[in-house]
Amino acid sequence: MELLSVLAFPLLGGILLGVFGHRRWAPELNAAMSLATLLAAGALTVRVIEEGPTTVLEEQFFVDPFNVFLVALTAFVGFTTALFSRPYMRTEEHAGRLSAGRLRLYHSMYQLFSFTMLLCLLTNNVGILWVAMEGATLSTVLLVSLYRTPQSLEAAWKYFILCGVGIAQALFGTILLYFAAEKVLGAGGTALLWTHLHEVRGELEPTVVSLAFVFLLVGYGTKVGLVPLHNWLPDAHAEGPTPVSAVLSGLLLNVALYAVVRSKVLVDGALETGFSGNLMMGFGLLSVVVAAFFLSRQRDVKRMFAYSSIEHMGIMTFAFGMGGPVAAFAGLLHMTVHSLTKSAIFFTVGHAAHATGTQSMDAIRGLIRQSPTIGWGLALGSIAILGMPPFGVFTSEFMVLTTAMHEHSWATPFLLVALGVAFAAVFGKVQPMIFGETTARPLPHPPALVPVFVHLAVVLMLGLYIPPYLVDWYRQAAALIG
Amino acid sequence: MGTSLAGQMVNLLAAFLLLVAFAMLSQRRVLSLVRLFAWQGAALAASTLLVAYSTGQNHLYYSAALAVALKVILIPWVLHRLIDRLDVRWDIETPINIPTTMLVGIALVIFAFALATPISEMSSTITRGTLGIALACVLLSFLMMIVRRKAIPQVIGFLAMENGLFFAATSATHGMPLVVELGVALDVLVGTFIFGIFFFHIREQFDSLDIRHMEKLKED
Amino acid sequence: MTQAPTIAFQIFQSILVVLAAPLLMGWVNQCRAWLQNRSAPSILLPYYTLAKLFHKDAVIAEHASPLFRLTPYILFGCMWLAGGIVPVLATALPFAPAADIIALVAVFALARVFAALAAMDIGTSFGGLGARREMLIGFLAEPAMLMTLFTAAFISGSTQLTTIVDVLAHRQFVIQPSLAFAAVAFLMVLLAENARIPIDNPTTHLELTMVHEAMILEYSARHLALIEWGAAIKLFAYMTIGFALFAPWGIATAGDWAGLPLAIAALVAKLAVAGAGLALIETVSAKFRLFRAPEFLSTAFLLAVLGMLTHFLLRT
Repeated sequence: MELLSVLAFPLLGGILLGVFGHRRWAPELNAAMSLATLLAAGALTVRVIEEGPTTVLEEQFFVDPFNVFLVALTAFVGFTTALFSRPYMRTEEHAGRLSAGRLRLYHSMYQLFSFTMLLCLLTNNVGILWVAMEGATLSTVLLVSLYRTPQSLEAAWKYFILCGVGIAQALFGTILLYFAAEKVLGAGGTALLWTHLHEVRGELEPTVVSLAFVFLLVGYGTKVGLVPLHNWLPDAHAEGPTPVSAVLSGLLLNVALYAVVRSKVLVDGALETGFSGNLMMGFGLLSVVVAAFFLSRQRDVKRMFAYSSIEHMGIMTFAFGMGGPVAAFAGLLHMTVHSLTKSAIFFTVGHAAHATGTQSMDAIRGLIRQSPTIGWGLALGSIAILGMPPFGVFTSEFMVLTTAMHEHSWATPFLLVALGVAFAAVFGKVQPMIFGETTARPLPHPPALVPVFVHLAVVLMLGLYIPPYLVDWYRQAAALIG
Repeated sequence: MGTSLAGQMVNLLAAFLLLVAFAMLSQRRVLSLVRLFAWQGAALAASTLLVAYSTGQNHLYYSAALAVALKVILIPWVLHRLIDRLDVRWDIETPINIPTTMLVGIALVIFAFALATPISEMSSTITRGTLGIALACVLLSFLMMIVRRKAIPQVIGFLAMENGLFFAATSATHGMPLVVELGVALDVLVGTFIFGIFFFHIREQFDSLDIRHMEKLKED
Repeated sequence: MTQAPTIAFQIFQSILVVLAAPLLMGWVNQCRAWLQNRSAPSILLPYYTLAKLFHKDAVIAEHASPLFRLTPYILFGCMWLAGGIVPVLATALPFAPAADIIALVAVFALARVFAALAAMDIGTSFGGLGARREMLIGFLAEPAMLMTLFTAAFISGSTQLTTIVDVLAHRQFVIQPSLAFAAVAFLMVLLAENARIPIDNPTTHLELTMVHEAMILEYSARHLALIEWGAAIKLFAYMTIGFALFAPWGIATAGDWAGLPLAIAALVAKLAVAGAGLALIETVSAKFRLFRAPEFLSTAFLLAVLGMLTHFLLRT
């Protein structure tokens, strides 16, 4: 029941906000629906931790520690982003950039986007996973083009076309997977159910499955933003509204990576070689290195952090590609801390852009003078995302690096150099934005900085001390995919 | 040569689909593209019907009906409406180099066949050879999206790609479960409408549907 | 079985090809006239023209080399050879081992080379222009032609035209998508190679567009007659190759005199339909600008390659 309500709340929210999204209290309704989703997700998590994996509704949906962990994360960041978007969207309306009709579109699509992501995570059907992923693209495309400026339209078009093409490859991969599964499980409903596929994964035809994996990796990898399929990502992040950038980076990329990892588990079972892992490690490493070098060339603050997202998704892909309990643990931890940190950064960047009226990093100066909280939020967030101790990103990156050192020592120099370059680039650009003469003006609506500091506090806590039940939970999830 | 007549017909339709994919690649006029797209949908529906009839998979009849409703009637109609409303009926696209595109297309087909052959040999279905053709159609539509510089042909390429995938699903594997196919169809339909909305926004902002205007967001 | 009847068959066929070719030309022209609402010339007109040309005195340019004089005979010989070895009426002819499809294409290519050389020999601008255009078309059409023939060769497992015909004519009915592709490609090559309308116009002397006519502009009298006759045989040969590959029904085996009337009847019927079809195509389509010709022929090539590829993939 919890599972269905996790899906029902955002769907209901999408419908309600489609009707009332232009009212004054729509942002509050948006936040309330997200809160309801979060509560349901919390209840689901407790249930799964206590009772173990279950399936619901004739096996169409299922939960295990891996996906419930992502459900919880998605619901949480979804809720905090809804809180952040409340003042953000009011400011936009105040500045005349968005009309009431657009806000209705925004709120409705925001909830539907949450729904599609949660459906991706909870469905047991590999085909429905694809459908939901495409749904997530469709709902965010209208969010990216919300301002209807030439730049935002271009970004949305690119996003739509590239992800559409990418995701079509994933559908072909899914068809191939079904083709392989059909022979073992017989035609009909069960041959696409993940739980059934998982049971028979050793019997699937290796050639078909490996080809299927290549297509799935390319397809969902486009959505993860893996280099060289990443072109849409910086544009979509930079030109869409900031709350959308936050959920894209913090959630959608994770969900796409979830699909890749799920596929990898099946393929590893069928192949018993390192094929899928090597492929993921290659893509991951390439993403880390390329994104790190692109960071220093950015002028737009949201664009820069978008590249940082590519870099971090690369690290996660690399970690999951290495496989094994430690690397998988590190990957899951990195997923968590990156989501929280990156969305926190986008929250502060959104406010900073409002305060200075620009997204260009050269024009944002002295944030800390005008608003110490925004300044400190950005400073701490940047330090955290760069992997400085004592934040959680450090812990997970450290684990990834040490595992890589042990198992694939050739990769560590690349990772270290990339992290060094990323550090120099981001730090050098963020520092003058925070200190110095200010260009910022007061905001018309008080900024929502509680989410920022809550996120950063959680990240800090994960860096210093991971509670035992959380360790236990991560271990269970890591065992499923390792 | 022990295959049934239905299997041969499906093969013939597969070859026809491939031909249409090439025709779309080389067709410069928007309206003809829409017509070709409808033809592709019709061939798809016919092959689905044949597979349904010869294998007795009842859910494929629904798929075929879905294909007719969506790909032969609804989407071409929507596209026609859009083309009328946007007043781009006589749009032609000149700067494509057809012979080169064709050669690249042939290379793609060979690639697709090479990829699909080992898989086809494992299959026991009557229409096992069609998987390679389906993949080739997908890749050709992909190529079409790359070489086209106008918004509407790009979108038609996108839809044609989905046709190729649908063909892969129905002919090579005898159809995905119905719930998945319905979901995919819904996505495609919604996608078409969103594209339609997009056309108007793009034209409002850029005064043209030429996406060369939309290559401003580049790295400095 | 003795060799004699098959040799008689061979001779009969060779003579038939040479004699019937102008008739086919006449038929095509007549159909075209009907379709264009003109009063049709006699179906025998090509014969009258040939006779007239043979009775005239040849005028040859001063600077013409022996090559120029020799070429009409080579052209005619090549075409006759081609027409003789293609299984027009019967398979298993004595010349059949020579009817290899690659050799056949080479024979046509040989004729083309000589025609182009002779056209450039005089040094007039039209000759050079025509030769260049002809080579452009030829270099695109030949690969397409080969690919088409290979598709059929793969199906029957032999490059011997006779064997191909045998296999295709006497097998259980199977839909071959690859042959459908090949047939369309072959038709396009046929149009291009025989200087028919979308590529060239056999009736024009407009310098902007003519290809074949530009090459033979310097010829007169018996030379011209031989070239025209050769062109007619070429069309005939191409059509019969097409029948051999895509509609081989009704063909006889050499020595089997009883099958001959049926074979002739089938051939006449097929030629009548094909000739009318050719006239129809020429009537409904407009000539392409010359630089669209590569597009047309690359489409033919594409179709031929597709045919071959689909053959491999759909081999069941």
